[in-house]
Amino acid sequence: MTKGWGLRIYALIYLLFLFAPIILLPMFAFNSGKIIAFPLQGFSTTWFEQLWTRTELHRAVQNSLIIAVSVAAISTVLGICAARAGALDDYPFKRSMIGLVMLPLVLPEIILAVALLVIIAKVLGIAPSVWTIIMAHVLICTPYATAILNGAFQNLDKSFEEAAMDLGENRWGAFRLVTLPLVMPGIISAFLIAFIISLDEFIIAFFLSGNVTTLPVYIYGLRRQSDDLPIIMALGTILVTMSVALLIVAEFFRRRGMRRAGIKDSGGLL
Amino acid sequence: MAGGGFISTGGRRSLMLLLPPFLYAIVLMAVPLGAVVAISFSGPDGFSLANYAAVFTEPINVRGVMRGTWAAGDLSWTPGLLPRSIYVSVMVTVATVVLAYPVAYFISFVVPPQRKSLWMFLITIPFWTSYLIRIFLWKVILGFSGVINSALIWVGLIDEPLTFILYNANAVIITLSHAYAPFAILPIFVALEKIDRSLLEAAQDLGENRVTTFLRVTLPLSVPGVVAAVLIVFIPTIGDYVTPELVGGSGGLLIANRIQALFLQVNDPGLGAALSIVTMAAVALVSLLFVFTCRRWLRSRT
Amino acid sequence: MKPLISLRGVQKYYGDYHALRGIDLDIMPGEFFSLLGPSGCGKTTLLRTIAGFEDVTSGTLTIDGKSMKGVAANLRPTNMVFQSYAIFPHLSVAQNVGFGLRTDSRSKADKARAVVEALEMVGLGGYGVRAAHALSGGQRQRVALARALILKPKVLLLDEPLSALDKKMREQMQVELIRLQRNVGITFILVTHDQEEALVMSDRIAVMFEGSIGQLDDPETLYRRPNTRKVAEFIGKMNILPGRVTGMGDRISVDVAGLGASAIAPEQAPGGTAMGDTMIGIRPETLAILFPGDTTERRTVDGVVDEVVYYGDMTYYDVKVPGIDEPLNLSMKNLIGRPVLDVGAQTKVIWDERSLVVLGR
Repeated sequence: MTKGWGLRIYALIYLLFLFAPIILLPMFAFNSGKIIAFPLQGFSTTWFEQLWTRTELHRAVQNSLIIAVSVAAISTVLGICAARAGALDDYPFKRSMIGLVMLPLVLPEIILAVALLVIIAKVLGIAPSVWTIIMAHVLICTPYATAILNGAFQNLDKSFEEAAMDLGENRWGAFRLVTLPLVMPGIISAFLIAFIISLDEFIIAFFLSGNVTTLPVYIYGLRRQSDDLPIIMALGTILVTMSVALLIVAEFFRRRGMRRAGIKDSGGLL
Repeated sequence: MAGGGFISTGGRRSLMLLLPPFLYAIVLMAVPLGAVVAISFSGPDGFSLANYAAVFTEPINVRGVMRGTWAAGDLSWTPGLLPRSIYVSVMVTVATVVLAYPVAYFISFVVPPQRKSLWMFLITIPFWTSYLIRIFLWKVILGFSGVINSALIWVGLIDEPLTFILYNANAVIITLSHAYAPFAILPIFVALEKIDRSLLEAAQDLGENRVTTFLRVTLPLSVPGVVAAVLIVFIPTIGDYVTPELVGGSGGLLIANRIQALFLQVNDPGLGAALSIVTMAAVALVSLLFVFTCRRWLRSRT
Repeated sequence: MKPLISLRGVQKYYGDYHALRGIDLDIMPGEFFSLLGPSGCGKTTLLRTIAGFEDVTSGTLTIDGKSMKGVAANLRPTNMVFQSYAIFPHLSVAQNVGFGLRTDSRSKADKARAVVEALEMVGLGGYGVRAAHALSGGQRQRVALARALILKPKVLLLDEPLSALDKKMREQMQVELIRLQRNVGITFILVTHDQEEALVMSDRIAVMFEGSIGQLDDPETLYRRPNTRKVAEFIGKMNILPGRVTGMGDRISVDVAGLGASAIAPEQAPGGTAMGDTMIGIRPETLAILFPGDTTERRTVDGVVDEVVYYGDMTYYDVKVPGIDEPLNLSMKNLIGRPVLDVGAQTKVIWDERSLVVLGR
């Protein structure tokens, strides 16, 4: 027996446990039966077809996509700022300032949702809208973008930008021609991760949505209709496939970036 | 090298660069949190502690409900939502971290280096899929006529569907453990990776077998990762209200549901804010207690 | 000849830390100049100041007669080879070398030809298409050189370029750098902590300690006539003996512990001297063992062999001489017929008055 076979079996069972719900998705999405239960009834794509007809769903998808793209763009830019500022020189309060930026990672989402609702709706009296959701999502996505970009920036040799300037470029040219290409895989990764997080985020979107429906809010709205469960399965299958595809792309870029810079991989996104 | 308070030109530039995300966090997080604190202290005539009083006097929040009498022998106490939520979160944390540790150990010590990132990638995939969808899935998995029950009945293992797996705290614990598993595995894995392998060889050279090496060397050195995992799972789970609402039933509701209700349905933001603050304080207290208990193993790291 | 680079009264502070304490320096066109010193002495700071990556707190820096105050690094007629080489990993070798030509007005074909020439000049002909991140240390260094030299700077600055290489590679590159500098003919300024390197390659060396220049001379003068004990101990090996100056004039009279009195030329006190106690230096290679059976007309002193280290081509001896606390360090070539002495053997050490150096206190 190979070394550690007991642990290996445990780990595989664990993986099964992790993936089990997700595997069920396509199983029941293509199942013709209306009830999510065994035994399976037969193959059918009717649930996917029904997705097509629901205009509320289309609007929710549209909102979610607009929000997710905006959030990803803004969070990535802020993440570049924070990661770049954290990678090089020292200055007073550096650690605490970066700590504050990363704080949303450890706060329960409901606290943030509550706090934002209070400020936006009660104190400022602004009506919830697409923009309020975008702003809130940027808050929670920036720490993730920063964490990913930290890895990319820390692998940069400080002398690269100096060498570029020594060879005639100004500060912006050095950044554009040397730093940016080397960090680009991290940027793409950060963008995709922020996109996925925003797309999936429910709690804050629910608190701040008002009339605006995002995809998760729409799904949540279906919770009482057990008839709609198979449709949720179909929707879930699409979402999961998309998320996994984006994740694989993000990981591919991360690894490619490290290879181009000739760095060894130590494992993992964060 | 630099004198006190001195910032190099590069440092000044980095400081400027950090301002956008920092100010963003101040405006959208620090200020709103401050507003929550302010509201929690507000009453009809300005500053008031009424909300906090209500937090502790209303039975549903903390105090709970006592029924029966001691004399009659049927004394029972249904705890308030806050103690119950902390209990559930602790259960989730324990279950998640305990189950996660062997996996992290496996990836760190058994898996060859070139495969490690693949395993970590696989482990994190479920996390990136839609949170809401996953909760729905658990609902149908654990349900009365759901996947587990129908499978077991179909195979013939049971005749009647199991009822104890849905619409109570157990369901919440299972669902949340699944959701937060990667959060627990990652920090433990990082801590285990940092352990110098020659320390383990030295221990074995000095006469320890594999089990005692683990207990006396590996485990203590991995404590910082375990502490991180505990905090990463415990703190956010307190704030989860979707899971309890969908799979918890009436017996599984948690403090976050009450906070949500106070804000969105009952429209009592003052009480909701006070309850939020008290909840956060309780979470902070429990966390600090835990870290304090572990400080012996945390200090030896540095 | 007018100096190419001039520094006058250059001071540099990092907050409270005084990194450069009043540097006055002239560097001539076409010379191979080295900044030598231990870690933290300010040599890299000085180099970066010339390059434009650090500002001077006060004082003037001129290159080719023009003040560099307020001139950014990318606009100065200098180019630098960084200690880590800073080869851009996402570009090919040719793209690296041609990086600085981006704003050049020449045609693409001309630029490509210049890149090829630059690569051949550093011995990497044909490497243009290779990926930069797959090169060895020595190859990276050559790419860094080509990348800098293709822009035809007035000054090439090198920040500890050989410290990352192994010994064999280092020796090879030392020779190549000298050859390169002679071919190209421009001023090289090298920063190093390795005194052998500086001695081998430089026309002139500035030895720096704690932000100031200790001595600025050509290698031979630096070696044979160090002006302070610090410089003497930093460069090469030096026996340091207590002594006193007993008379001044055309010749300086000194009395050296263990060796006796002698009269030396004023050049042998390069840092100046005064009457009274002082330290005297003697280089090990100016001492010799008087083997049994040999004779000499030079002065000798009796001693006992304290330690012997046999190196194959040389044997290093420590000889204890009465009147001197530390044993004298010296080395002898292992010629045919020459014995290797044992520890404890009685012997005589030959020494020459002309090799004494007064080092001050």
